[in-house]
Amino acid sequence: MGQEVWAWGSLVALGFFHGLNPAMGWLFAVALGLQERRLSAVFRALVPIALGHAGAVGVVAIAAALLGATLPRPVVLTGAGAVLLLFTGWRIWRRTRHPRTRFRANALQLALWSFLMATAHGAGLMLAPVIAALTPQTPPMSEHSLHLPSQSLTLGILAVAVHTLAMFSAMTLTALVVYRELGVQILNRAWFNVDLVWIVVLAGTGLITFGAGLYGLVR
Amino acid sequence: MATWRPDPTFYPSPRLAMKAPPEKLAYVVRINPNGDGRPDAMCVVDVDPSSSTYGEVVGVTEMPYTGGELHHFGWNACSSMLCPNAPHPHVERRYLVVPDIRSSHITLLDTKDDPTAPRVVKVIEPEELYERAYYARPHTVHCGPDGIYISAFGTPEGDGPGGIFILDHDTFEVLGRWEIDRGDQYLHYDFWWHLGYDTMITSEWGTPRMVENGVLGEELLAGKYGHRIHIWDLHRRRRLQALDLGPEQQMILELRPAHDPTKAYGFVNSVVSLKDLSSSIWLWYRHNGEWKIQKVIEIPAEPAEEDQLPDILKPFKAVPPLVADIDLSVDDRFLYVSCWGTGELRQYDVSNPFEPKLTGVLQIGGIVRRAGHPAVSGPLNGGPQMVEVSRDGRRIYFTNSLYLPWDAQFYPDGIRGWMVKVDVDPEGGMSFDPNFFVDFGDQRAHQIRLQGGDASSDSYCYP
Repeated sequence: MGQEVWAWGSLVALGFFHGLNPAMGWLFAVALGLQERRLSAVFRALVPIALGHAGAVGVVAIAAALLGATLPRPVVLTGAGAVLLLFTGWRIWRRTRHPRTRFRANALQLALWSFLMATAHGAGLMLAPVIAALTPQTPPMSEHSLHLPSQSLTLGILAVAVHTLAMFSAMTLTALVVYRELGVQILNRAWFNVDLVWIVVLAGTGLITFGAGLYGLVR
Repeated sequence: MATWRPDPTFYPSPRLAMKAPPEKLAYVVRINPNGDGRPDAMCVVDVDPSSSTYGEVVGVTEMPYTGGELHHFGWNACSSMLCPNAPHPHVERRYLVVPDIRSSHITLLDTKDDPTAPRVVKVIEPEELYERAYYARPHTVHCGPDGIYISAFGTPEGDGPGGIFILDHDTFEVLGRWEIDRGDQYLHYDFWWHLGYDTMITSEWGTPRMVENGVLGEELLAGKYGHRIHIWDLHRRRRLQALDLGPEQQMILELRPAHDPTKAYGFVNSVVSLKDLSSSIWLWYRHNGEWKIQKVIEIPAEPAEEDQLPDILKPFKAVPPLVADIDLSVDDRFLYVSCWGTGELRQYDVSNPFEPKLTGVLQIGGIVRRAGHPAVSGPLNGGPQMVEVSRDGRRIYFTNSLYLPWDAQFYPDGIRGWMVKVDVDPEGGMSFDPNFFVDFGDQRAHQIRLQGGDASSDSYCYP
């Protein structure tokens, strides 16, 4: 039970973390609001951005949930940790090029941009170990084993929904406060290099996951 | 290479850029007109009034090659790095990207360690540009949100089309040609954009063949030089529309869009009208989704005696204003117009862009006028040319050389190179700073860039 609370808590916390990153969408929404001089333009942009983010996270989450349901947990965790560490290495080795789109992007372009942005940042990968940890294990020779993939699919979708909702809340609140109160002058002070923080979080998540997986394998 | 916080000289909006601290240094290209094998150079001028070396050249970095002509240059990164659709906020504004309009080299200078002694860190050879973009004679640099955009007059053979190519802003490699669908665009000069509208604007001068040996009188009288501007989809790299100023307008040069990204208008200068040798300023603007253009300022030629004129102008018995550069203050309020022929710098209040009001005129140099400056005795030649406005709009700097082959036609007795500074009254009006006159002697000065950015270096994504 404790582990479950911790896992759902992590999904929410990572949602806040992703939502606060200016490169993940709130800044784009603010810019569109300022360009059109309407608060409604801010909200109009946030929804497709959140959906694109959910899509990027969803692809990874569902894969993680299905693997978690069919393979022994230590194997999944070791694999997920290795993938995370490799991805971190790739992010450090390759200079980060952000995907770009039109400034006056329509809903579809915003969603696609957000999907690419989240994928390039490994937003989904960060969640993979948490989701794998949440997935119920298949007891060997159980008669329920056939239902499990659909069960884990539901769980994966639920995890993505919770994460995206948290991300959307953080993003909306930030966009609103910046648009209405602070103004874009905070960018010079507040836009610290989130990419570097991401690298640290990615690496940390990868190490913990990989370690937990190995521990499970040798135990 | 990435920084922890955005570069302090990146401003989200022009409003915030107006509050930037005053510049302490100016970068100016120095051109050697003598053909004696001495290279062109980047000069650093002290523009801090409280400094003991105020108004002096405090640093010179020579180019590592000879036989070129430096023209317009720019920064590797600027405020557009904060744009939300392609954010790169942790790149630094530290390199000057210096294209050569004659030899087609592009030199990268690093100003970070010692801003008064820029270091050459890379030279992009002409062959790389020819091969990767099939362009030559690069001349104007703008830092875009996703790369460094540079324009080029034409092909390595000296013909058209001229256009734009991109440099990667991390590796400084030529990535290739920018245009995907150019329609019938063939001539090219300047470019800039409306980031808030995903729109690129380009202008027209002539191919290398048409400009490198001076203005070709026959082709000019036949109206062969550029008389259009082009509107492009900045993201899809396709031309949407051409706006024709009329065949009698010849040479459409500097594009100065409003800095406020919510405003879709800007100013461009036509150098000469075949009707009456006047120069004019045109306003392009967006109306119900369509782009339009109209003349908003006309500056007439001044009558003159034949014996006061260079050969090229003798038949006309007049001095054309030859407006070859304009600059718009960061708050989009004042437009500065350089009349290189008559020797005037004009200031217009363009708060209402459709109805500019003349608020100030300063005279210096000029083909006939030869007006002087409070800091030096005797007449001066050349005339107001490359003009640069400080971010806060309080100071103007300008130089007096246009382009060597054209200098020789209009000022055949040679130009003494100089750079001057003008103080601006925030409500309109200007006066020369009597303590600022940088004398380049027999060398020429052209484009000026101010430390930390100026009115023609940065573009913004937030109003």
